[in-house]
Amino acid sequence: MTDPALIASVLDGLVDPWRSGIMQRALVEVVLLGATGGLLGCWIVWGGLSYSAEALPHAMFPGLVGAALLGVPLVLGGAVGLLIAALLIAAASRVPSLDRDTSISVVFTSMFGLGTLMALSPDTPTGVSELLFGDVLGLTNGDVAVAAGLTLLMLIALRVLHPRLLATTFDRDGARAAGLRPGVTDVALVALIAVATLVCVQALGNLFVAATLVAPAATARILGRRLVTTMAIAVGVALLSGVGGLLLSYHAGTAAGASIAGVTVAIYLAVAAGASLRDALPARRRRAPAG
Amino acid sequence: MSARPSPDAVPGAPGPPDPGAVVAGPAGTPRTADPVAPLLRLQGVGAGYDDDLALRDVTFAAAPGDRIAVLGPNGGGKTTLFRVILGELAARTGTLDVADDVAVVPQTERSRLDFPVSATDVVLMGTIAGRPWWRGPGRRDRKAAREALVAVGLGDRADATFGALSGGQRQRVLVARALVRQARILLLDEPYRGLDTASVQRLDELISTLAAEGRTLLIATHDVAQARAWDQVLCLNGRQVAYGPPAATLTAETLAGTYGGELLRVDHDGELAVVAEHHCS
Repeated sequence: MTDPALIASVLDGLVDPWRSGIMQRALVEVVLLGATGGLLGCWIVWGGLSYSAEALPHAMFPGLVGAALLGVPLVLGGAVGLLIAALLIAAASRVPSLDRDTSISVVFTSMFGLGTLMALSPDTPTGVSELLFGDVLGLTNGDVAVAAGLTLLMLIALRVLHPRLLATTFDRDGARAAGLRPGVTDVALVALIAVATLVCVQALGNLFVAATLVAPAATARILGRRLVTTMAIAVGVALLSGVGGLLLSYHAGTAAGASIAGVTVAIYLAVAAGASLRDALPARRRRAPAG
Repeated sequence: MSARPSPDAVPGAPGPPDPGAVVAGPAGTPRTADPVAPLLRLQGVGAGYDDDLALRDVTFAAAPGDRIAVLGPNGGGKTTLFRVILGELAARTGTLDVADDVAVVPQTERSRLDFPVSATDVVLMGTIAGRPWWRGPGRRDRKAAREALVAVGLGDRADATFGALSGGQRQRVLVARALVRQARILLLDEPYRGLDTASVQRLDELISTLAAEGRTLLIATHDVAQARAWDQVLCLNGRQVAYGPPAATLTAETLAGTYGGELLRVDHDGELAVVAEHHCS
């Protein structure tokens, strides 16, 4: 039982949005973000680095605001902000009484506060909210090209680092004993998270980057049984969220970055709920004959 | 002086024989000229993490084929000794001579059971250090991994998910990961923890086979009955309490010196047995 008019209108709703250049650029951008966030996210989730992935975008906020104030490219400001944050975290972690998480949180909260102070100053141009919430619909071709370049760099790095990331994440002591240097792999991974943050921040804003880097991989971790399938699922979820979020934003008039993050988290919650249900059901069946 | 090869040793590189090079299957033949020369020789070795030495006065030599039980309470220095032999921790006193590559078989509890990898994937991790950064595992690495899994009796479980294997099977996968590195000195960290009787027996046989192929195995354990079946016993409690064949070392006096207050029972069919605390450090 199908209604041709309904199908036509659904198809229109799916196809129409992509006729504008704005949405096409946004589509390319979310595909790039999906590849980056999905693949790198797997290592972030498996490596227990979700907290760092959350902290880094906040820590780079003053760099972004500074770039907006000076009129230089945001990517440049973000990179400087990240570098300063990384140095501060390294310095803070040398204070004996601070553990790693504490030093990260001290630095990123201070940096975010500093960025907010700068953003609220009378000299700040309008549009700082874009830095927080992103503007995937306001990207230029140049922005997309930079994102594409960084994504390519990231994919090559992930391919090269794959065996070492795998061995280090699987069992750190074993990797060290096997002649690898887990510390070097850690630094490389954090550097990649920083690059991914730079790729994501312009489109998704400071507040939603972590959702893209963590949620698709967290979803895939529930479903995947092999490394490659898990990574493929993570990329798939990230792409689905990106495209779904853009469509939602187009039709419902919601903010694009928030819509993408919302769809990502919704998929995660649905899959997590489904998995708990699946785990709970056989257990009930097993108990039934006994009772 | 340690003869460990650098972590980035390239297999098959031209030049003099490199002890870190991958040159044969997992059941590789001994590569040193003299088959009975000690693979491992420690003379008055002491090491530690701060000003105090966690371990001191360790003096022993281990020949190819030796199965050595390393007995001692938690904090007695077993892990410190392993780290020194691996080259992760420098000896502060004495001399250390390691004549071949060293591989460690960690406790399976330390690895990630939720990680989506197959047994083969785990064994292949042992081949990474021998390759340049940009190169993934090649055909030769995969062949070596397959052979290592066959050597530990898991040829038919090569594609199984690591976390879905039994504790004994996981332990043997980790042994295979050490074998694929061609190391002739194997350090096993409490490999019997949590294994059932059948798995214990399989692991026993595997350890004896590996030793018979010319390797030296150091097995950290709490199980005195197990230690009795092996060639040498090294008792540690912050220092070397004893080293020698089981009959000479597993005496009430030595065990009391080794376990101190942790020694709970010394009576087992006329033989000595120890029920020690099994908490991992």
